Amino acid sequence: MSTTPSPPTTNACGTCALNNAANLRRLGVDPSGHDLVVALAGNPNTGKSTVFNALTGLRQHVGNWAGKTVDRAEGGFEYHERRYKLVDLPGTYSLLSTSEDEDIARDFLVFGRPDVTAVVVDATRLERDLNLVLQILQITTRVVVAVNLVDEARRHGITVDFRHLSRELGVPAVGMAARRGTGIEDLLDALERVALSPDSFDGRRVVHRNRRLERAVSHLAERITQHVPGVTNPRWVALRLLEGDPALERAVAEGRLRDLVADPAGPRSETVPEEPDA
Amino acid sequence: MTRSPILDETDRLRAELPENFRDDIVESLYAEAARISATSLSHAERPARPTLDKLLDRILTHRVWGFLAMGVLLFGVFWFTIAGAAVPSDLLSGLLVEHGHEQLTRLARLLSLPDWMSGLLVDGVYLSTAWVVAVMLPPMAIFFPLFTILEDFGYLPRVAFNLDRLFAKAGAHGKQALTMMMGYGCNAAGVTATRVIDSPRERLIAVITNNFSICNGRWPVLILLGTVFLGQLAPPPLAAVVAAASVTTVAALGVLTALVVSWGLSRTVLRGATSVYSLELPPYRPPRVWRTLYTSLIDRTLKVLRRAVTMAAPAGAVTWLISNITVADASLAAHLVDLLAPLGWLMGLNGIILLAYLVAVPANEIVVPTILMLTMTLGTNLFGAEQGVLLDLGTAETATVLVQAGGWTLLTAVNLMLFTLLHNPCGTTILTIWHETRSATWTAVATLLPVGLGIVVTSLTAAVARWAGWG
Repeated sequence: MSTTPSPPTTNACGTCALNNAANLRRLGVDPSGHDLVVALAGNPNTGKSTVFNALTGLRQHVGNWAGKTVDRAEGGFEYHERRYKLVDLPGTYSLLSTSEDEDIARDFLVFGRPDVTAVVVDATRLERDLNLVLQILQITTRVVVAVNLVDEARRHGITVDFRHLSRELGVPAVGMAARRGTGIEDLLDALERVALSPDSFDGRRVVHRNRRLERAVSHLAERITQHVPGVTNPRWVALRLLEGDPALERAVAEGRLRDLVADPAGPRSETVPEEPDA
Repeated sequence: MTRSPILDETDRLRAELPENFRDDIVESLYAEAARISATSLSHAERPARPTLDKLLDRILTHRVWGFLAMGVLLFGVFWFTIAGAAVPSDLLSGLLVEHGHEQLTRLARLLSLPDWMSGLLVDGVYLSTAWVVAVMLPPMAIFFPLFTILEDFGYLPRVAFNLDRLFAKAGAHGKQALTMMMGYGCNAAGVTATRVIDSPRERLIAVITNNFSICNGRWPVLILLGTVFLGQLAPPPLAAVVAAASVTTVAALGVLTALVVSWGLSRTVLRGATSVYSLELPPYRPPRVWRTLYTSLIDRTLKVLRRAVTMAAPAGAVTWLISNITVADASLAAHLVDLLAPLGWLMGLNGIILLAYLVAVPANEIVVPTILMLTMTLGTNLFGAEQGVLLDLGTAETATVLVQAGGWTLLTAVNLMLFTLLHNPCGTTILTIWHETRSATWTAVATLLPVGLGIVVTSLTAAVARWAGWG
């Protein structure tokens, strides 16, 4: 799967709104032959679709209101000679309760196993949106937090300390104003870094304050690792099982937990065939 | 099947946990999010902007002023659309319909095409397509950007917020207001959007009532009907105002119908508890005008127009064919119109209109040109039109034709607008409903309920009008 030696930057980017992202080539709806898969998650109305459009060059309908995207949209882009498939997940407030849009988002994160997940958060509603980030970090630590709408936050007199945020979360956090096309380059860099990193990230794990719960989760997680060695997120699986998540109970009963085993080689290499649609 | 040891272990551990352990999970999560957020953010002393946002919200989501603002904004958008589209519509009509048709007829004669072929292609396919472009492109090119700007600004969730209280009272889910907002773009998209509603009962209500949100395909038809029929009744300076008011009224009736039907369904076949949810009001954002103009022109206007044109061409052909195929001394169209006439009379419409609706089942956009074409063919021959040929007239003449040749009254125009609101969803939407519900019964209900309602309502207005002596 070889790519062209040098990305054509001049003609495509001369007219492009983001000409600082000179290495980005937007591939529209054609994610064929991709090397890496990026999931785009986030709360509703944080600008996921805007980020999606900025990266793929598509014009998916964007609207200033929550709950506009309920389906999974896919597109592609090329960055530093690697082809990425970008999957825009429905905006959800959490992955805890079960509605169809949350299921779509969660199933893709769990079983689609993207190489990296960009979680778009609203800088003006950081606390609320971090709930989702923390939940996603329990499923996967291959995460980049894209703090969007920093321009609006600034107008409200809010500034974000990205270094602190990155340190707390254990994964890169970048600031952006996707509507104006700023911060795309930082996001691309961070996505590439995480997707290609052979090491696993030390994402923030929520320690449960209730000690009995914490013990139960740890114990069950251990048992899961014994049964299916290599599961990336045993603690999350344990928690969901305790909560009685029917989808995961089914996965366990049918022995599909093995699907959750990470590749030993870290990020997926180019030799991996088209992954089955989750 | 033997149960997995992991699941057994899970059950054992769960039994040992306190009952409210799920709350503990959420609490730990929230506490952590709050801590990280608090240490990562710094605030300036006093933000200036939220006060303006708050002031706007106080008006736009007010119990009384909110609805008034809603009406004024909608009315303004329609008025702007109708007043602004008049001149370009006439220009396009002159260019495409009068001039283009004449040239093509000449070309057909030059190539000595057989009569039936030039009739089918030039008079049928071309003329109906040209007509759709001429009358639909200008209003859409104005309406869609305006609507998109409202959306971009953050107004639509406020509408949903206003309607939310009403929907809760109707026993429906608050998010139904959001899916209705989506339906104002496209009902198929609105039906898909009902996935955000968790309860199957409330989701079905939202699916069935989504059709009462007037979609992209029907806005132009209503704007056209309002302009051609109701606007013409008023003195010229007031024409656009009357037309805009009539379209606003129909849109409001759509919301009312959705509420009443939701209420009816939640009291009868879809009984159950109403879920509680919180609706998030996004901050107002300055709309990006140029970008909006561009995307709404490309994405919405051209998309809807393309659909209308691809549907208009075959519909034009069908209309020409049924007008020109003669069975037992009369055209096929005449027979069909006779057959539909009693129902048409009952509904305060006529057989021609119902036949036009049958021809235009795939896309509502082309109902009006089909009606005109059939009226010219079957009614008194006023302007010397040929069989099944779409007329090339301005809006004023169109009204004259329908009144004189079609025997239209005010009742006909009003009922046609009502029927445009209350009839079956388009083919795409029906298919989407089937995909989303996977139930033939509910798909049939969602399809037939609006038509049934349309027949009942128009029959009622017709009866009342006739009783009062207006019909």
